Amino acid sequence: MKLVIAIVRPEKANDVLEALYRAEVRGVSMTRVQGHGGELDRVETYRGTTVKMGLAEKVRFEIAVSEAFVEPTIAALSESARTGEVGDGKIFVVPLERAIRIRTGETDHGAVTPVGK
Amino acid sequence: MTQVPALAAGVDTGDTAWMLVATALVLMMTPALGLFYAGLVRGKNTLNTFMMCVAAIAIAAVTWTAVGYSLAFGDANEIIGGFDYAFLNDVTLEPKDKESTIPHLLFFAFQGTFCIITVALISGAVVERIRFGAYMVFAALWSVLVYAVLAHWAFGPGWLFNGGTLDFAGGVAVEMASGFSALAAALVVGARKDYGRQALLPHNAVYVLLGAGLLWFGWFGFNGGSGFGTGENSVLAFVNTMLCPAAALITWFTVDLIRGRTVTAIGAATAIIVGCVLITPAGGFISPGWALALGAGGALPCYTLIAFRPRTRVDETLDVLAAHGLAGLTGILFIGFFAQKSWNGLSDGLLYGNAGQLLDQVLAAVVAPAYAFGMTFILLKLIGLVMPLRASENEEAIGMDVTQHGEEAYATGEGAILITPESGPESERPVAGPA
Repeated sequence: MKLVIAIVRPEKANDVLEALYRAEVRGVSMTRVQGHGGELDRVETYRGTTVKMGLAEKVRFEIAVSEAFVEPTIAALSESARTGEVGDGKIFVVPLERAIRIRTGETDHGAVTPVGK
Repeated sequence: MTQVPALAAGVDTGDTAWMLVATALVLMMTPALGLFYAGLVRGKNTLNTFMMCVAAIAIAAVTWTAVGYSLAFGDANEIIGGFDYAFLNDVTLEPKDKESTIPHLLFFAFQGTFCIITVALISGAVVERIRFGAYMVFAALWSVLVYAVLAHWAFGPGWLFNGGTLDFAGGVAVEMASGFSALAAALVVGARKDYGRQALLPHNAVYVLLGAGLLWFGWFGFNGGSGFGTGENSVLAFVNTMLCPAAALITWFTVDLIRGRTVTAIGAATAIIVGCVLITPAGGFISPGWALALGAGGALPCYTLIAFRPRTRVDETLDVLAAHGLAGLTGILFIGFFAQKSWNGLSDGLLYGNAGQLLDQVLAAVVAPAYAFGMTFILLKLIGLVMPLRASENEEAIGMDVTQHGEEAYATGEGAILITPESGPESERPVAGPA
């Protein structure tokens, strides 16, 4: 079991959701975050005030998957979120110790597998 | 104290006072339209959408002064006005002609505000993807080549006006012109990249309602001022501007209820616009009773088109064709049936025994859409040869506010680093290299 964390461009969020759906990855959380990953800073001007936007808007996906789904998930994320420009984001894969589905008490593999599979 | 100069001969103080206010009311409609449109787009395109209305004021006010007004209201011939009034030549504080009771200069300004909002209206068809620069070039050319010509035909001493077509406040030059130009613009510029693939929802319904409310308020100047004074037609148009949108609202509520079992707020805002447009050509010509009927009945075709259009491949984004083109056309035709000489002092419609009026109205309803659509189509194709009309897909994805204007509508300032003059523009250098 792994927890796949992907930080992507907000304008790519819909494409990512679509790609995950096609890869049959169903359990997804999504958060709007702000961050910095080494991309060029955007400059904005408001009247006389010019600022460098140090933090960019991003969307973070958190997806807990069983081993068989790790590579398909990563593939779906990489392809759907890529534009080729700096600032496309990152994917982190971290080991997952335990997972519990609250409703049924199912654990681990059962908990990260969609209902009805 | 300086002595107040005397009024020019023939100028009426009451008429002039009202027309000064009406001009300001109509000018306010363009920022109001900006608010209305801005609420209907996604949050990342708020400022760009609003700015296209602001740019319309800047550009059309200048082109109108330079040549637009002269081409529209000069009397060279019935097709085009000529250059007699170009750069305000002979546009003085005297009345324009024997019938007019307001200074010529004020008449020019009042008509200018109409040109401005008409240019702004078209932007609704192409929001969220047209490049700001290309839009401004289009606005300048359109205000002269399309608006001024149609205004000459319908308002000035042009062939529709002389032929007997009744258009009180701009069914031809404003509503049909913008609506059918919008369709052409949407076809030439093309659909947004996400159109038909993702739900593209209005981001702030309160802006939409507030914008519609301010537009309605401004429309009392638009219609109420189109009698150019405080005469009976002006009062009639003013009151009809209250009644027609109210009736359109009730129709919209009812159809909303039948279709979706709820009354929608954005639907209501749309109904206000549709109602105001419906009464625009007819305001000073039909009775208040028929104004209610026009609102109630005229809303139906517009509702139908707005419900149908998103199922097509035509991304005429904010439905200018339905809310202005079709509503304006409906209003123009309605005059042909229900105009009443006992109310307007000019002409009866078919219902009151004058079938000829209907023919005059049908002529305008054919000619104006054809000219506006054709000219806009050609104009945008030509501009497209010289410069790209659209932002790149990437820019469209990031949003037009950041890519076209370098600003955001909802900037939080979190993580923003102030650039002081001393530190210099080191902004293009990455702060940290990619890992």
